[in-house]
Amino acid sequence: MKTLKLLLKNFAFTAGLLLTLLLVIGALAAPLLAPHDPNEQDTARRLEEPSNAHPLGLDDLGRDVLSRIVYGARVSLRVGFSVVVLASLIGVTLGAISGYFGGIVDTLVMRLCDILLAFPGILLAIALVAVLGPSLNNVILALATIGWVGYARLVRGQVLKVREMEYVVAAKALGAKSPRVILRHVLPNVINPVIVMATLGLAGAILAEASLSFLGLGVQPPTPSWGAMLTSGRRYLGLANHLAIFPGAAIMLAVMGLNFLGDGLIDALDPKYRKEIR
Amino acid sequence: MTQYIVRRLLQMIPITLGILTLIFSLIHLIPGDPAVQIAGEGARPEDVQIIRKSLGLDQPLWKQYVTYLTNLAKGDLGRSFRTNESVAKEIALRYPATMQLAFGAMLVALLVAFPLGIISAIYRNSWIDNVARFFALIGVSMPSFWFGPLLIIAFSINRPWFPVSGREEGWKSLVLPSLTMGLALSAILTRMIRVSLAEELNQLYVTTAIAKGVTRGRAIFRHALKNALIPVITILALQFGSLLTGAIITEQIFSWPGLGRLLINSITTRDYPQVQASILVIALTYIMVNFISDLLYGVVDPRIKLE
Repeated sequence: MKTLKLLLKNFAFTAGLLLTLLLVIGALAAPLLAPHDPNEQDTARRLEEPSNAHPLGLDDLGRDVLSRIVYGARVSLRVGFSVVVLASLIGVTLGAISGYFGGIVDTLVMRLCDILLAFPGILLAIALVAVLGPSLNNVILALATIGWVGYARLVRGQVLKVREMEYVVAAKALGAKSPRVILRHVLPNVINPVIVMATLGLAGAILAEASLSFLGLGVQPPTPSWGAMLTSGRRYLGLANHLAIFPGAAIMLAVMGLNFLGDGLIDALDPKYRKEIR
Repeated sequence: MTQYIVRRLLQMIPITLGILTLIFSLIHLIPGDPAVQIAGEGARPEDVQIIRKSLGLDQPLWKQYVTYLTNLAKGDLGRSFRTNESVAKEIALRYPATMQLAFGAMLVALLVAFPLGIISAIYRNSWIDNVARFFALIGVSMPSFWFGPLLIIAFSINRPWFPVSGREEGWKSLVLPSLTMGLALSAILTRMIRVSLAEELNQLYVTTAIAKGVTRGRAIFRHALKNALIPVITILALQFGSLLTGAIITEQIFSWPGLGRLLINSITTRDYPQVQASILVIALTYIMVNFISDLLYGVVDPRIKLE
Protein backbone atom coordinates (compact mmCIF):
# COMPACT_ATOMS: atom_id res chain seq x y z
CA MET A 1 0.00 0.00 0.00
CA LYS A 2 2.84 2.32 0.98
CA THR A 3 4.69 1.44 -2.21
CA LEU A 4 1.58 2.07 -4.30
CA LYS A 5 1.11 5.49 -2.71
CA LEU A 6 4.73 6.27 -3.41
CA LEU A 7 4.35 5.13 -7.00
CA LEU A 8 1.20 7.20 -7.54
CA LYS A 9 3.06 10.35 -6.47
CA ASN A 10 5.31 9.82 -9.45
CA PHE A 11 3.88 11.67 -12.48
CA ALA A 12 5.47 9.39 -15.07
CA PHE A 13 4.12 6.30 -13.34
CA THR A 14 0.57 7.68 -12.97
CA ALA A 15 0.44 8.87 -16.59
CA GLY A 16 1.85 5.54 -17.75
CA LEU A 17 -0.60 3.61 -15.60
CA LEU A 18 -3.58 5.51 -17.03
CA LEU A 19 -2.48 4.94 -20.63
CA THR A 20 -1.76 1.28 -19.93
CA LEU A 21 -5.12 0.78 -18.22
CA LEU A 22 -6.77 2.34 -21.27
CA LEU A 23 -4.93 -0.15 -23.45
CA VAL A 24 -5.78 -3.16 -21.28
CA ILE A 25 -9.45 -2.20 -20.84
CA GLY A 26 -9.70 -1.50 -24.58
CA ALA A 27 -8.30 -4.94 -25.34
CA LEU A 28 -10.37 -6.85 -22.78
CA ALA A 29 -13.65 -5.09 -23.47
CA ALA A 30 -13.16 -4.84 -27.25
CA PRO A 31 -16.52 -6.47 -28.14
CA LEU A 32 -18.32 -4.01 -25.85
CA LEU A 33 -16.35 -0.91 -26.81
CA ALA A 34 -16.01 -1.37 -30.56
CA PRO A 35 -18.97 0.30 -32.28
CA HIS A 36 -18.87 -2.12 -35.25
CA ASP A 37 -17.65 -5.56 -36.25
CA PRO A 38 -13.95 -5.01 -37.15
CA ASN A 39 -14.23 -7.25 -40.22
CA GLU A 40 -17.58 -6.03 -41.52
CA GLN A 41 -17.06 -4.52 -44.96
CA ASP A 42 -19.01 -1.77 -46.64
CA THR A 43 -17.12 -1.45 -49.92
CA ALA A 44 -19.46 1.24 -51.22
CA ARG A 45 -18.16 3.56 -48.50
CA ARG A 46 -14.47 2.66 -48.61
CA LEU A 47 -11.92 5.30 -47.49
CA GLU A 48 -14.73 7.45 -46.03
CA GLU A 49 -13.51 10.28 -43.77
CA PRO A 50 -14.31 10.32 -40.03
CA SER A 51 -17.98 10.99 -39.29
CA ASN A 52 -20.41 10.64 -36.37
CA ALA A 53 -21.22 7.04 -37.30
CA HIS A 54 -17.53 6.18 -37.82
CA PRO A 55 -15.46 8.54 -35.61
CA LEU A 56 -12.14 7.43 -37.15
CA GLY A 57 -13.46 6.79 -40.67
CA LEU A 58 -13.52 3.67 -42.86
CA ASP A 59 -10.59 1.80 -44.39
CA ASP A 60 -9.86 0.61 -47.93
CA LEU A 61 -12.37 -2.23 -47.59
CA GLY A 62 -14.98 -0.08 -45.87
CA ARG A 63 -14.27 -1.42 -42.35
CA ASP A 64 -14.62 0.80 -39.28
CA VAL A 65 -11.15 2.06 -38.29
CA LEU A 66 -12.04 2.68 -34.63
CA SER A 67 -13.32 -0.88 -34.17
CA ARG A 68 -10.20 -2.27 -35.82
CA ILE A 69 -7.98 -0.17 -33.56
CA VAL A 70 -9.85 -1.41 -30.46
CA TYR A 71 -9.50 -5.03 -31.61
CA GLY A 72 -5.91 -4.33 -32.66
CA ALA A 73 -5.14 -3.62 -28.99
CA ARG A 74 -5.89 -7.30 -28.34
CA VAL A 75 -3.28 -8.41 -30.84
CA SER A 76 -0.71 -5.97 -29.48
CA LEU A 77 -1.29 -7.00 -25.88
CA ARG A 78 -1.39 -10.70 -26.71
CA VAL A 79 1.96 -10.44 -28.46
CA GLY A 80 3.38 -8.18 -25.75
CA PHE A 81 2.36 -10.38 -22.82
CA SER A 82 3.23 -13.67 -24.51
CA VAL A 83 6.68 -12.40 -25.48
CA VAL A 84 7.38 -10.99 -22.03
CA VAL A 85 6.18 -14.16 -20.25
CA LEU A 86 8.11 -16.49 -22.55
CA ALA A 87 11.27 -14.39 -22.67
CA SER A 88 11.34 -13.74 -18.93
CA LEU A 89 10.68 -17.40 -18.08
CA ILE A 90 13.52 -18.58 -20.30
CA GLY A 91 15.81 -15.69 -19.35
CA VAL A 92 15.23 -15.83 -15.60
CA THR A 93 15.65 -19.63 -15.52
CA LEU A 94 18.84 -19.64 -17.59
CA GLY A 95 20.22 -16.55 -15.84
CA ALA A 96 19.57 -18.01 -12.38
CA ILE A 97 21.09 -21.40 -13.24
CA SER A 98 24.02 -19.74 -14.97
CA GLY A 99 24.76 -17.36 -12.10
CA TYR A 100 24.13 -19.85 -9.30
CA PHE A 101 26.07 -22.82 -10.62
CA GLY A 102 28.67 -21.07 -12.80
CA GLY A 103 31.07 -23.35 -14.68
CA ILE A 104 30.41 -24.76 -18.13
CA VAL A 105 26.67 -23.97 -18.08
CA ASP A 106 27.48 -20.33 -17.34
CA THR A 107 30.06 -20.17 -20.11
CA LEU A 108 27.69 -21.74 -22.65
CA VAL A 109 24.74 -19.50 -21.76
CA MET A 110 26.82 -16.35 -21.72
CA ARG A 111 28.52 -17.06 -25.05
CA LEU A 112 25.11 -17.67 -26.61
CA CYS A 113 24.01 -14.33 -25.15
CA ASP A 114 27.09 -12.64 -26.64
CA ILE A 115 26.26 -13.97 -30.09
CA LEU A 116 22.61 -12.96 -29.87
CA LEU A 117 23.51 -9.51 -28.54
CA ALA A 118 26.06 -8.97 -31.30
CA PHE A 119 23.22 -9.52 -33.76
CA PRO A 120 20.81 -6.59 -34.14
CA GLY A 121 17.59 -7.77 -32.43
CA ILE A 122 15.00 -6.81 -35.01
CA LEU A 123 17.17 -8.27 -37.78
CA LEU A 124 17.19 -11.65 -36.06
CA ALA A 125 13.44 -11.43 -35.57
CA ILE A 126 13.02 -10.64 -39.28
CA ALA A 127 15.27 -13.59 -40.16
CA LEU A 128 13.32 -15.95 -37.90
CA VAL A 129 9.94 -14.86 -39.24
CA ALA A 130 11.30 -15.15 -42.78
CA VAL A 131 12.20 -18.75 -42.01
CA LEU A 132 9.13 -19.71 -39.98
CA GLY A 133 6.62 -17.79 -42.10
CA PRO A 134 4.57 -14.76 -41.10
CA SER A 135 1.96 -15.43 -38.40
CA LEU A 136 1.03 -14.19 -34.94
CA ASN A 137 2.56 -17.20 -33.15
CA ASN A 138 5.78 -17.02 -35.15
CA VAL A 139 6.13 -13.33 -34.31
CA ILE A 140 5.79 -14.23 -30.61
CA LEU A 141 8.35 -17.01 -30.99
CA ALA A 142 10.81 -14.79 -32.86
CA LEU A 143 10.53 -11.93 -30.38
CA ALA A 144 10.87 -14.27 -27.38
CA THR A 145 13.96 -15.84 -28.99
CA ILE A 146 15.70 -12.47 -29.03
CA GLY A 147 14.07 -11.18 -25.82
CA TRP A 148 15.30 -13.69 -23.22
CA VAL A 149 18.93 -12.57 -23.46
CA GLY A 150 18.37 -9.33 -21.55
CA TYR A 151 16.66 -11.14 -18.66
CA ALA A 152 19.33 -13.83 -18.51
CA ARG A 153 22.16 -11.32 -18.24
CA LEU A 154 20.30 -9.19 -15.73
CA VAL A 155 19.36 -12.11 -13.47
CA ARG A 156 22.80 -13.72 -13.71
CA GLY A 157 24.44 -10.49 -12.56
CA GLN A 158 22.03 -10.16 -9.65
CA VAL A 159 22.35 -13.82 -8.67
CA LEU A 160 26.15 -13.55 -8.62
CA LYS A 161 25.76 -10.85 -5.96
CA VAL A 162 22.99 -12.53 -3.96
CA ARG A 163 24.48 -16.02 -3.84
CA GLU A 164 27.29 -14.77 -1.60
CA MET A 165 24.85 -13.25 0.91
CA GLU A 166 24.73 -14.74 4.39
CA TYR A 167 21.09 -15.81 4.20
CA VAL A 168 21.84 -17.89 1.10
CA VAL A 169 24.87 -19.46 2.73
CA ALA A 170 22.72 -20.10 5.84
CA ALA A 171 19.99 -21.77 3.78
CA LYS A 172 22.58 -24.01 2.14
CA ALA A 173 24.14 -24.82 5.53
CA LEU A 174 20.71 -25.86 6.81
CA GLY A 175 20.60 -28.43 4.04
CA ALA A 176 18.28 -26.71 1.51
CA LYS A 177 18.59 -28.17 -1.99
CA SER A 178 19.72 -25.92 -4.86
CA PRO A 179 16.28 -25.55 -6.55
CA ARG A 180 14.77 -24.51 -3.20
CA VAL A 181 17.57 -22.03 -2.51
CA ILE A 182 17.17 -20.49 -5.97
CA LEU A 183 13.36 -20.33 -5.89
CA ARG A 184 12.81 -19.35 -2.24
CA HIS A 185 15.86 -17.29 -1.37
CA VAL A 186 17.66 -16.04 -4.47
CA LEU A 187 14.95 -15.18 -7.00
CA PRO A 188 12.67 -13.13 -4.70
CA ASN A 189 15.64 -10.85 -4.09
CA VAL A 190 16.45 -10.25 -7.75
CA ILE A 191 12.91 -9.83 -9.04
CA ASN A 192 12.53 -6.01 -8.85
CA PRO A 193 14.73 -5.16 -11.84
CA VAL A 194 13.07 -8.03 -13.73
CA ILE A 195 9.66 -6.36 -13.24
CA VAL A 196 11.02 -3.07 -14.61
CA MET A 197 12.61 -4.85 -17.54
CA ALA A 198 9.35 -6.70 -18.25
CA THR A 199 7.35 -3.45 -18.35
CA LEU A 200 9.79 -1.87 -20.76
CA GLY A 201 9.95 -5.17 -22.64
CA LEU A 202 6.19 -5.07 -23.12
CA ALA A 203 6.53 -1.71 -24.88
CA GLY A 204 9.41 -3.07 -26.94
CA ALA A 205 7.45 -6.18 -27.95
CA ILE A 206 4.39 -4.14 -28.99
CA LEU A 207 6.61 -1.87 -31.08
CA ALA A 208 8.46 -4.82 -32.59
CA GLU A 209 5.20 -6.58 -33.49
CA ALA A 210 3.96 -3.38 -35.14
CA SER A 211 7.28 -3.08 -37.02
CA LEU A 212 7.12 -6.68 -38.26
CA SER A 213 3.47 -6.32 -39.25
CA PHE A 214 4.35 -3.04 -40.99
CA LEU A 215 6.97 -4.92 -43.00
CA GLY A 216 4.34 -7.53 -43.91
CA LEU A 217 6.03 -10.17 -41.75
CA GLY A 218 3.67 -10.10 -38.78
CA VAL A 219 0.00 -10.68 -38.24
CA GLN A 220 -1.77 -11.52 -41.48
CA PRO A 221 -5.10 -10.09 -42.73
CA PRO A 222 -7.91 -9.89 -41.88
CA THR A 223 -6.78 -9.92 -38.19
CA PRO A 224 -6.61 -6.26 -37.16
CA SER A 225 -3.05 -5.26 -36.20
CA TRP A 226 -1.93 -1.66 -35.79
CA GLY A 227 1.26 -2.16 -37.79
CA ALA A 228 -0.54 -3.84 -40.68
CA MET A 229 -3.23 -1.14 -40.64
CA LEU A 230 -0.50 1.47 -40.97
CA THR A 231 1.01 -0.37 -43.95
CA SER A 232 -2.26 -0.46 -45.83
CA GLY A 233 -2.94 3.14 -44.78
CA ARG A 234 0.37 4.21 -46.30
CA ARG A 235 -0.95 3.28 -49.75
CA TYR A 236 -3.70 5.88 -49.42
CA LEU A 237 -1.66 8.84 -48.18
CA GLY A 238 -3.14 11.99 -49.66
CA LEU A 239 -6.44 10.24 -50.35
CA ALA A 240 -7.36 9.03 -46.87
CA ASN A 241 -4.73 10.20 -44.36
CA HIS A 242 -6.81 8.98 -41.42
CA LEU A 243 -5.87 5.39 -42.30
CA ALA A 244 -2.23 6.05 -41.40
CA ILE A 245 -2.70 8.67 -38.68
CA PHE A 246 -4.95 6.81 -36.20
CA PRO A 247 -3.27 3.38 -35.99
CA GLY A 248 0.10 5.15 -35.64
CA ALA A 249 -1.25 7.29 -32.82
CA ALA A 250 -2.51 4.14 -31.07
CA ILE A 251 0.94 2.54 -31.26
CA MET A 252 2.62 5.66 -29.97
CA LEU A 253 0.25 6.10 -27.02
CA ALA A 254 0.57 2.44 -26.02
CA VAL A 255 4.37 2.49 -26.23
CA MET A 256 4.58 5.85 -24.46
CA GLY A 257 2.30 4.63 -21.66
CA LEU A 258 4.34 1.49 -21.02
CA ASN A 259 7.62 3.39 -21.20
CA PHE A 260 6.28 5.90 -18.66
CA LEU A 261 5.21 3.05 -16.42
CA GLY A 262 8.66 1.47 -16.64
CA ASP A 263 10.45 4.79 -16.05
CA GLY A 264 8.18 5.49 -13.10
CA LEU A 265 8.97 2.07 -11.64
CA ILE A 266 12.71 2.67 -12.01
CA ASP A 267 12.37 6.00 -10.19
CA ALA A 268 10.19 4.53 -7.47
CA LEU A 269 12.23 1.40 -6.91
CA ASP A 270 15.43 3.39 -6.66
CA PRO A 271 16.10 4.00 -2.94
CA LYS A 272 17.83 7.31 -3.62
CA TYR A 273 14.66 8.55 -5.30
CA ARG A 274 12.55 7.28 -2.39
CA LYS A 275 14.54 9.45 0.00
CA GLU A 276 13.92 12.47 -2.19
CA ILE A 277 10.17 11.89 -2.15
CA ARG A 278 10.05 11.61 1.61
CA MET B 1 46.38 0.20 -27.65
CA THR B 2 47.60 -2.07 -30.47
CA GLN B 3 47.45 -5.00 -28.09
CA TYR B 4 43.88 -4.09 -27.17
CA ILE B 5 42.83 -3.82 -30.83
CA VAL B 6 44.37 -7.21 -31.61
CA ARG B 7 42.67 -8.80 -28.59
CA ARG B 8 39.29 -7.29 -29.47
CA LEU B 9 39.69 -8.49 -33.06
CA LEU B 10 40.47 -11.98 -31.80
CA GLN B 11 37.41 -11.86 -29.53
CA MET B 12 35.31 -10.97 -32.56
CA ILE B 13 36.24 -14.21 -34.33
CA PRO B 14 34.09 -16.61 -32.24
CA ILE B 15 31.19 -14.14 -32.22
CA THR B 16 31.35 -13.68 -35.99
CA LEU B 17 31.61 -17.45 -36.44
CA GLY B 18 28.61 -17.85 -34.14
CA ILE B 19 26.62 -15.40 -36.25
CA LEU B 20 27.62 -17.14 -39.48
CA THR B 21 26.53 -20.47 -37.99
CA LEU B 22 23.27 -18.95 -36.82
CA ILE B 23 22.48 -17.55 -40.27
CA PHE B 24 23.48 -20.81 -41.95
CA SER B 25 21.27 -22.86 -39.64
CA LEU B 26 18.35 -20.46 -40.00
CA ILE B 27 18.36 -20.75 -43.76
CA HIS B 28 18.62 -24.54 -43.53
CA LEU B 29 15.64 -24.65 -41.18
CA ILE B 30 13.36 -23.34 -43.89
CA PRO B 31 10.70 -25.92 -44.59
CA GLY B 32 10.70 -27.22 -48.16
CA ASP B 33 13.42 -27.85 -50.69
CA PRO B 34 15.03 -24.79 -52.29
CA ALA B 35 15.76 -26.87 -55.39
CA VAL B 36 12.03 -27.54 -55.89
CA GLN B 37 11.41 -23.86 -55.43
CA ILE B 38 13.94 -22.84 -58.08
CA ALA B 39 12.76 -25.51 -60.51
CA GLY B 40 9.17 -24.39 -60.00
CA GLU B 41 6.02 -26.29 -59.17
CA GLY B 42 5.51 -29.39 -61.31
CA ALA B 43 9.16 -29.64 -62.38
CA ARG B 44 10.51 -33.10 -63.27
CA PRO B 45 12.32 -34.89 -60.40
CA GLU B 46 15.43 -35.22 -62.59
CA ASP B 47 15.59 -31.45 -63.06
CA VAL B 48 15.16 -30.90 -59.33
CA GLN B 49 18.00 -33.38 -58.73
CA ILE B 50 20.29 -31.50 -61.14
CA ILE B 51 19.59 -28.21 -59.39
CA ARG B 52 20.09 -29.84 -55.99
CA LYS B 53 23.47 -31.11 -57.12
CA SER B 54 24.53 -27.80 -58.63
CA LEU B 55 23.69 -26.02 -55.37
CA GLY B 56 25.51 -28.65 -53.35
CA LEU B 57 22.32 -29.50 -51.46
CA ASP B 58 22.94 -33.24 -51.96
CA GLN B 59 26.02 -32.98 -49.70
CA PRO B 60 25.88 -33.69 -45.96
CA LEU B 61 25.11 -30.63 -43.82
CA TRP B 62 28.61 -30.28 -42.36
CA LYS B 63 30.10 -30.30 -45.85
CA GLN B 64 27.64 -27.62 -46.95
CA TYR B 65 28.68 -25.59 -43.91
CA VAL B 66 32.39 -25.89 -44.76
CA THR B 67 31.68 -24.92 -48.39
CA TYR B 68 29.62 -21.97 -47.15
CA LEU B 69 32.50 -20.73 -44.97
CA THR B 70 35.10 -21.32 -47.70
CA ASN B 71 33.02 -19.43 -50.24
CA LEU B 72 32.48 -16.60 -47.80
CA ALA B 73 36.21 -16.33 -47.22
CA LYS B 74 36.59 -15.94 -50.99
CA GLY B 75 33.92 -13.22 -51.01
CA ASP B 76 31.40 -15.47 -52.75
CA LEU B 77 28.03 -14.90 -51.14
CA GLY B 78 26.10 -17.09 -53.55
CA ARG B 79 23.71 -16.53 -56.44
CA SER B 80 20.23 -15.11 -56.33
CA PHE B 81 17.42 -17.66 -56.86
CA ARG B 82 15.49 -15.00 -58.73
CA THR B 83 18.05 -13.43 -61.07
CA ASN B 84 20.87 -16.00 -60.93
CA GLU B 85 23.21 -13.00 -60.50
CA SER B 86 25.82 -12.81 -57.76
CA VAL B 87 24.11 -11.56 -54.60
CA ALA B 88 27.29 -9.68 -53.66
CA LYS B 89 26.83 -7.54 -56.78
CA GLU B 90 23.32 -6.53 -55.75
CA ILE B 91 24.50 -5.78 -52.22
CA ALA B 92 27.38 -3.64 -53.50
CA LEU B 93 24.82 -1.62 -55.46
CA ARG B 94 22.54 -1.13 -52.46
CA TYR B 95 25.07 -0.65 -49.67
CA PRO B 96 26.00 2.98 -50.48
CA ALA B 97 22.32 3.99 -50.41
CA THR B 98 21.89 2.61 -46.89
CA MET B 99 25.10 4.27 -45.72
CA GLN B 100 24.00 7.57 -47.23
CA LEU B 101 20.74 7.32 -45.32
CA ALA B 102 22.51 6.44 -42.06
CA PHE B 103 24.86 9.42 -42.38
CA GLY B 104 21.96 11.69 -43.34
CA ALA B 105 20.10 10.61 -40.21
CA MET B 106 23.17 11.16 -38.09
CA LEU B 107 23.60 14.68 -39.50
CA VAL B 108 19.96 15.47 -38.69
CA ALA B 109 20.42 14.13 -35.17
CA LEU B 110 23.54 16.22 -34.58
CA LEU B 111 22.00 19.40 -35.98
CA VAL B 112 18.97 19.04 -33.73
CA ALA B 113 20.51 17.57 -30.59
CA PHE B 114 23.52 19.81 -30.12
CA PRO B 115 21.81 23.20 -29.90
CA LEU B 116 18.78 21.78 -28.09
CA GLY B 117 20.81 19.76 -25.58
CA ILE B 118 23.24 22.60 -24.83
CA ILE B 119 20.51 25.25 -24.38
CA SER B 120 18.51 22.80 -22.29
CA ALA B 121 21.47 22.17 -19.97
CA ILE B 122 22.36 25.84 -19.61
CA TYR B 123 18.79 26.97 -18.92
CA ARG B 124 17.73 24.00 -16.81
CA ASN B 125 14.07 23.88 -15.75
CA SER B 126 13.21 26.91 -17.92
CA TRP B 127 10.47 26.77 -20.56
CA ILE B 128 13.02 26.01 -23.27
CA ASP B 129 14.31 23.08 -21.22
CA ASN B 130 10.76 21.79 -20.88
CA VAL B 131 10.24 22.08 -24.64
CA ALA B 132 13.47 20.16 -25.27
CA ARG B 133 12.50 17.44 -22.79
CA PHE B 134 9.05 17.11 -24.33
CA PHE B 135 10.64 16.82 -27.76
CA ALA B 136 12.98 14.12 -26.49
CA LEU B 137 10.06 12.22 -25.01
CA ILE B 138 8.03 12.37 -28.22
CA GLY B 139 11.11 11.52 -30.26
CA VAL B 140 11.84 8.27 -28.46
CA SER B 141 8.20 7.16 -28.38
CA MET B 142 7.25 7.92 -31.98
CA PRO B 143 7.67 4.89 -34.24
CA SER B 144 9.48 5.73 -37.47
CA PHE B 145 6.82 3.95 -39.51
CA TRP B 146 4.35 6.55 -38.26
CA PHE B 147 6.58 9.62 -38.32
CA GLY B 148 7.60 8.90 -41.93
CA PRO B 149 4.03 8.89 -43.31
CA LEU B 150 3.24 12.04 -41.27
CA LEU B 151 6.21 13.80 -42.91
CA ILE B 152 5.03 12.60 -46.32
CA ILE B 153 1.54 14.03 -45.66
CA ALA B 154 2.98 17.37 -44.49
CA PHE B 155 5.89 17.91 -46.89
CA SER B 156 5.20 15.83 -49.97
CA ILE B 157 1.42 15.89 -50.30
CA ASN B 158 0.15 19.05 -48.58
CA ARG B 159 3.24 21.04 -49.63
CA PRO B 160 5.08 19.27 -52.43
CA TRP B 161 8.58 20.26 -51.32
CA PHE B 162 10.15 16.82 -51.22
CA PRO B 163 9.55 13.62 -53.20
CA VAL B 164 7.28 10.96 -51.68
CA SER B 165 9.74 8.14 -52.39
CA GLY B 166 12.83 6.99 -54.28
CA ARG B 167 16.36 8.32 -54.50
CA GLU B 168 16.29 10.03 -57.88
CA GLU B 169 16.13 13.67 -56.78
CA GLY B 170 19.48 13.89 -55.01
CA TRP B 171 19.58 15.67 -51.64
CA LYS B 172 15.86 16.41 -51.85
CA SER B 173 15.13 12.69 -51.76
CA LEU B 174 17.32 12.29 -48.70
CA VAL B 175 15.62 14.91 -46.50
CA LEU B 176 12.46 13.11 -45.36
CA PRO B 177 14.02 9.65 -44.85
CA SER B 178 16.89 11.23 -42.88
CA LEU B 179 14.46 13.19 -40.73
CA THR B 180 12.42 10.03 -40.10
CA MET B 181 15.42 8.00 -39.09
CA GLY B 182 17.19 10.82 -37.28
CA LEU B 183 14.30 11.75 -34.97
CA ALA B 184 14.78 9.00 -32.40
CA LEU B 185 18.55 9.44 -32.40
CA SER B 186 18.26 13.21 -31.98
CA ALA B 187 15.93 12.65 -29.02
CA ILE B 188 18.39 10.25 -27.37
CA LEU B 189 21.32 12.60 -28.02
CA THR B 190 19.45 15.66 -26.73
CA ARG B 191 18.79 13.86 -23.44
CA MET B 192 22.37 12.67 -23.28
CA ILE B 193 23.93 16.09 -23.98
CA ARG B 194 21.59 17.77 -21.49
CA VAL B 195 22.39 15.38 -18.66
CA SER B 196 26.09 15.19 -19.42
CA LEU B 197 26.63 18.96 -19.78
CA ALA B 198 24.47 19.78 -16.75
CA GLU B 199 26.63 17.46 -14.69
CA GLU B 200 29.85 19.07 -15.91
CA LEU B 201 28.50 22.58 -15.28
CA ASN B 202 28.16 21.65 -11.61
CA GLN B 203 31.82 20.68 -11.34
CA LEU B 204 34.25 22.80 -9.39
CA TYR B 205 36.59 23.37 -12.33
CA VAL B 206 33.86 25.34 -14.09
CA THR B 207 33.25 27.50 -11.00
CA THR B 208 37.02 27.99 -10.65
CA ALA B 209 37.36 29.01 -14.29
CA ILE B 210 34.56 31.58 -13.92
CA ALA B 211 36.06 32.84 -10.62
CA LYS B 212 39.37 33.35 -12.38
CA GLY B 213 37.71 35.66 -14.87
CA VAL B 214 36.87 33.33 -17.76
CA THR B 215 33.60 34.36 -19.40
CA ARG B 216 30.60 32.07 -18.82
CA GLY B 217 30.38 31.23 -22.51
CA ARG B 218 34.04 30.24 -22.64
CA ALA B 219 33.71 28.19 -19.46
CA ILE B 220 30.79 26.32 -20.99
CA PHE B 221 32.08 25.79 -24.50
CA ARG B 222 35.83 25.44 -23.92
CA HIS B 223 35.85 23.65 -20.58
CA ALA B 224 32.58 21.89 -19.72
CA LEU B 225 31.38 20.91 -23.20
CA LYS B 226 34.65 19.16 -24.05
CA ASN B 227 34.24 16.82 -21.09
CA ALA B 228 30.51 16.45 -21.58
CA LEU B 229 31.04 15.17 -25.11
CA ILE B 230 32.92 12.02 -24.08
CA PRO B 231 29.86 9.86 -23.34
CA VAL B 232 27.95 11.53 -26.17
CA ILE B 233 30.48 10.49 -28.82
CA THR B 234 30.40 6.92 -27.57
CA ILE B 235 26.61 6.79 -27.65
CA LEU B 236 26.66 8.31 -31.12
CA ALA B 237 28.95 5.60 -32.42
CA LEU B 238 26.93 2.86 -30.73
CA GLN B 239 23.70 4.26 -32.14
CA PHE B 240 25.09 4.19 -35.66
CA GLY B 241 24.70 0.43 -35.51
CA SER B 242 21.02 0.72 -34.68
CA LEU B 243 20.57 3.17 -37.55
CA LEU B 244 21.44 0.30 -39.87
CA THR B 245 18.53 -1.77 -38.62
CA GLY B 246 16.33 1.33 -38.49
CA ALA B 247 17.05 1.67 -42.19
CA ILE B 248 15.11 -1.54 -42.87
CA ILE B 249 11.86 0.22 -41.92
CA THR B 250 12.70 3.69 -43.24
CA GLU B 251 13.74 2.30 -46.62
CA GLN B 252 10.42 0.50 -46.80
CA ILE B 253 8.46 3.69 -46.06
CA PHE B 254 10.23 5.77 -48.71
CA SER B 255 10.99 2.98 -51.20
CA TRP B 256 14.67 3.83 -50.67
CA PRO B 257 16.77 1.41 -52.74
CA GLY B 258 19.04 0.25 -49.91
CA LEU B 259 20.01 -2.96 -48.22
CA GLY B 260 16.97 -3.05 -45.92
CA ARG B 261 14.55 -2.86 -48.80
CA LEU B 262 16.52 -5.51 -50.64
CA LEU B 263 16.22 -7.77 -47.59
CA ILE B 264 12.45 -7.36 -47.26
CA ASN B 265 11.92 -7.80 -51.01
CA SER B 266 14.05 -10.95 -50.97
CA ILE B 267 12.01 -12.34 -48.08
CA THR B 268 8.81 -11.66 -50.00
CA THR B 269 10.14 -13.40 -53.10
CA ARG B 270 11.75 -16.18 -51.01
CA ASP B 271 15.15 -15.48 -52.53
CA TYR B 272 17.07 -17.14 -49.68
CA PRO B 273 20.67 -16.61 -50.83
CA GLN B 274 19.89 -12.91 -51.07
CA VAL B 275 18.19 -12.95 -47.64
CA GLN B 276 21.16 -14.77 -46.14
CA ALA B 277 23.72 -12.40 -47.66
CA SER B 278 21.80 -9.23 -46.76
CA ILE B 279 21.41 -10.31 -43.14
CA LEU B 280 25.07 -11.24 -43.02
CA VAL B 281 26.27 -7.90 -44.38
CA ILE B 282 24.01 -5.87 -42.05
CA ALA B 283 25.08 -7.95 -39.04
CA LEU B 284 28.79 -7.73 -39.87
CA THR B 285 28.59 -3.97 -40.41
CA TYR B 286 26.82 -3.70 -37.06
CA ILE B 287 29.59 -5.65 -35.32
CA MET B 288 32.30 -3.57 -36.99
CA VAL B 289 30.61 -0.30 -36.04
CA ASN B 290 30.33 -1.44 -32.43
CA PHE B 291 33.97 -2.47 -32.46
CA ILE B 292 35.03 0.97 -33.74
CA SER B 293 32.87 2.68 -31.12
CA ASP B 294 34.61 0.60 -28.47
CA LEU B 295 37.96 1.85 -29.70
CA LEU B 296 36.65 5.42 -29.70
CA TYR B 297 36.24 5.17 -25.93
CA GLY B 298 39.99 5.17 -25.54
CA VAL B 299 40.62 7.84 -28.14
CA VAL B 300 38.23 10.46 -26.75
CA ASP B 301 39.00 9.78 -23.10
CA PRO B 302 42.64 9.08 -22.27
CA ARG B 303 41.57 8.29 -18.68
CA ILE B 304 39.98 5.10 -19.92
CA LYS B 305 42.76 2.58 -20.12
CA LEU B 306 42.01 -0.05 -22.71
CA GLU B 307 43.55 -2.84 -20.72
